[in-house]
Amino acid sequence: MNINSTAIPLEDENVDTDQIIPARFLKATSRDGFGKNLFRDWRYNNDDEAQPKMDFVLNNPAFNGKILVAGKNFGCGSSREHAAWALKDYGFDAVVSSFFADIFKNNALNNFLLPVQVSDDFLQQLFTTIHQNPASEIAIDLEQQSITNVATGDKAFFDINQYKKTCFINGYDDIDYLLSMKSEIEVFESTH
Amino acid sequence: MTLFDKIWDKHVVKQIEGGPSVFYIDRHFIHEVTSPQAFDGLRKRGIPLARPAQTIATADHNVPTWDQHLPIKEALSRLQVEKLTENCKAFGVELYGLGHPYQGIVHVIGPELGITQPGMTIVCGDSHTSTHGAFGAIAFGIGTSEVEMVFATQCLMQNKPKQMRISIEGELGKGVSSKDIILYVIAQISASGATGYFVEYAGSAIRSLSMEARMTICNMSIEMGARGGLIAPDDTTFEYLKGRKFAPAGAEWDQKLAEWRQLNSDADAQFDHEIHIRAEDIQPMVTYGTNPGMGIPVTGTIPGEELLEEKERPSFRKALDYMGLQSGNAIKGQKIDYVFIGSCTNSRIEDLRQVAAFVQGRRKADGVEVWIVPGSKQVEAQAQEEGLHLIFEQAGFQLRQPGCSACLGMNEDKIPAGKYCISTSNRNFEGRQGQGARTLLASPLSAAAAAVTGVVTDVRELLG
Ligand code: SF4
Repeated sequence: MNINSTAIPLEDENVDTDQIIPARFLKATSRDGFGKNLFRDWRYNNDDEAQPKMDFVLNNPAFNGKILVAGKNFGCGSSREHAAWALKDYGFDAVVSSFFADIFKNNALNNFLLPVQVSDDFLQQLFTTIHQNPASEIAIDLEQQSITNVATGDKAFFDINQYKKTCFINGYDDIDYLLSMKSEIEVFESTH
Repeated sequence: MTLFDKIWDKHVVKQIEGGPSVFYIDRHFIHEVTSPQAFDGLRKRGIPLARPAQTIATADHNVPTWDQHLPIKEALSRLQVEKLTENCKAFGVELYGLGHPYQGIVHVIGPELGITQPGMTIVCGDSHTSTHGAFGAIAFGIGTSEVEMVFATQCLMQNKPKQMRISIEGELGKGVSSKDIILYVIAQISASGATGYFVEYAGSAIRSLSMEARMTICNMSIEMGARGGLIAPDDTTFEYLKGRKFAPAGAEWDQKLAEWRQLNSDADAQFDHEIHIRAEDIQPMVTYGTNPGMGIPVTGTIPGEELLEEKERPSFRKALDYMGLQSGNAIKGQKIDYVFIGSCTNSRIEDLRQVAAFVQGRRKADGVEVWIVPGSKQVEAQAQEEGLHLIFEQAGFQLRQPGCSACLGMNEDKIPAGKYCISTSNRNFEGRQGQGARTLLASPLSAAAAAVTGVVTDVRELLG
């Protein structure tokens, strides 16, 4: 599975899930439509779509793409899966950072949003490349577990749990697997 | 073996070669915000909820803190709470909803009802599930897809995390509480310093704490990135649990007690990382920035960016800008507009007692609004029984009804843009308490002191 795309650079560190999707948008009871509220308070003045904050990167027409390149410790804070839904719904297929918060990482994987963890240096180079040329692409190859900064040719490898990788590639989710374990779980319970 | 290893091993249904484990969950707490999509998932698959008896629901995030007997005014909040009621009914889950004498913040009610017990595995679609670790349980927050997995099978796919031990030895100074311990630890190791780890808190300072105080510490484990935190159970734990509604009783109690006494890390247990802290080094803490790692002693000055790496500086500047604070200034004396005493970190009866003892005979400063939001109906009832409500009333503090309230501002309890709120909650993120709200995290005592003076105050100067 490959994700090849231009990318949007979000250099802030410690981006928490309250920023990704503010709490007041968690009142929905379905999984759909969160994209329009992604980074809502960083995107708009006075919560008004007619007043975009032009210095926020999602509002900068120079940048677009299916990959979000983000500063260290992305997705910290609240466990709200709505953060992963919002990123996915907005159109991202992968987030690249030098560090992810644990719960966010799981939530992303469970929603087929690929978290790609790279070194600080590699991340800085990506930011530099994207700023120099917003049209430059990033190539992610999940099979190989590699990420390439196409403009410079720099390539790095990333970790992903083999089980999760298989799920991701085949579009399985954990529930299917767990349901298939039902009788073993019942045996476990009988002695637990 | 560590305490964590011992509990973990007992809950592995199956270890997948080179992958995660099928991990069994003893107790599953749910609330209105992160459960509706998971219930829908069950419906779509046409399957029942596997173990309703191990599932406990409450309404907390959205609920108003005034007039809880009336229908919720805000339409979307009302809908979410109604959905929870419907779903619990349809899938056979016990709900402590609005109006129920056990209703309250999910991480307050589990322990106070004795549902949370040593050696258990506990999850909830909420990151502060780490609170329950104070009882010597493996407790952690999960996302909604994982809520659905537990609904469907009572299991999760889990990779074993790394383990860290934070030992705090010595005696805490006057006016220093468990909230200060955890704010100090996070300031030391940063908001991401424990990512990938499960933390055991140990040492004489921890042993001497009450259960309430231990919960405050475990609660904020997530604020340094940890998956969870836990403390070995001891007599303090057992005394707290004995006689609680859902705690074991009679012969079962004796048998459980014998098991629980085995729950501790062996003398030669290996941790991936160890941190040692002296209790004497900890002072009352307060945060100045927009993540919980940005904390300083109340006597300190707001740091400058020169100690930071180049790439970290823009985020730091942005945080200070948002907070309207300046490097080099003292935090003490900073004007406060709101005081929020509540949240799953500090809304238990002990917190309220401490605040009441401090404000008795004092009054809030002019122009400061003070909200006390008890963690549960039971805390509220207890406070009334002890007459704490009268003390609060005389001090000009509002005692409200239980819920998450201004911790995340999903109900009407929001801090207005630009205003400063000293808060006993756990997150000072941008907009967390309302759009543009500026949050300073502190202990209940420090918050009470600021309520009385109207500015950030070193509570030690006001203690006799
Ligand atoms: S009180 Fe705050 S942190 Fe605790 S569960 Fe409620 S919203 Fe989450």
